[in-house]
Amino acid sequence: MSADALKVKDVGAGLDELDRRIVLATQAGLPLVAEPYRQVAEELGTSAGEVMQRMRRMLESGVIRRIGAVPNHYSLGFRGNGMTVWDVPDEKVTEYGRRIGALDFVSHAYHRPRHLPEWRYNLFAMVHGSDREEVKHKVDAIAKLLGEDNRAHEVLFSTRILKKTGLRIG
Amino acid sequence: MSAPQLDEIDRIIINGLQGGFPICERPYAAAAERLGIEESELLRRLERMLEKRQLSRFGPMYHAERLGGGLSLCAMRVPEADFDQVAEQVNAFPEVAHNYARDHEFSMWFVLGTETPERIEEVCREIERLTGYRVYNMPKKQEFFVGLRFEV
Repeated sequence: MSADALKVKDVGAGLDELDRRIVLATQAGLPLVAEPYRQVAEELGTSAGEVMQRMRRMLESGVIRRIGAVPNHYSLGFRGNGMTVWDVPDEKVTEYGRRIGALDFVSHAYHRPRHLPEWRYNLFAMVHGSDREEVKHKVDAIAKLLGEDNRAHEVLFSTRILKKTGLRIG
Repeated sequence: MSAPQLDEIDRIIINGLQGGFPICERPYAAAAERLGIEESELLRRLERMLEKRQLSRFGPMYHAERLGGGLSLCAMRVPEADFDQVAEQVNAFPEVAHNYARDHEFSMWFVLGTETPERIEEVCREIERLTGYRVYNMPKKQEFFVGLRFEV
């Protein structure tokens, strides 16, 4: 996304130009120095207090999901990363999404639209394990949790990363 | 499971710091105290884990849609013979953030991040025109996001 295009656009969530510059300055990471918010503030020509206040507000409003470490599953030994997809009754997808999302081997779960007839699955869950076998055992655990509401499921393993530039916001 | 090359303190950091990093003047000092280590130790280990790519990032995680943009997961059914060419065409779009090959008839899965929510559908149609293959747009309807207790 180009920064220019966003200058003229209301970026939503009541963010202004300085907020947007804070997003740009921190989306790749916080400086690893004792006073990181001060360093960001100095880069932007403002005060540490201003940066902290705005980041607190973005955290409260959910613009910032969280602040912390983002582990790299693959290099931490989780070589089996399967995208599991499930066909469950639509009226139960929220309940099951919450329960599956709470399992400790699931990093996130989503309710997504079906595309019938080619794509019947409405619930996605990323399952992590040390290898494919371990992922398959975990998939069995999810299948057991769903019981007969598991109308069909599949596991899609990634075979190649074709592009990974990451999201660049703002 | 136990991850290779991580010692006990690395694990404490990864398990204890996937969220909740404070916003204050000396946040590393505050976080380190909570974890029972020194500020300098925390900084040194974060730097090392980032260098070794055990961490992909340290800092705020932004919510793309709440910043006013669009975000979606899209899939395509691309036969092997055309796969590399289509991958090249899809990857050329700056809106494509990640793209993975998966072992399935739906063989290509990519994430679109766009300046506006409307742009998602436009990019899908452009990719279809360019490649001749249908793009299945699968934006999330609900998110059950936990991911905070990722244990190593």
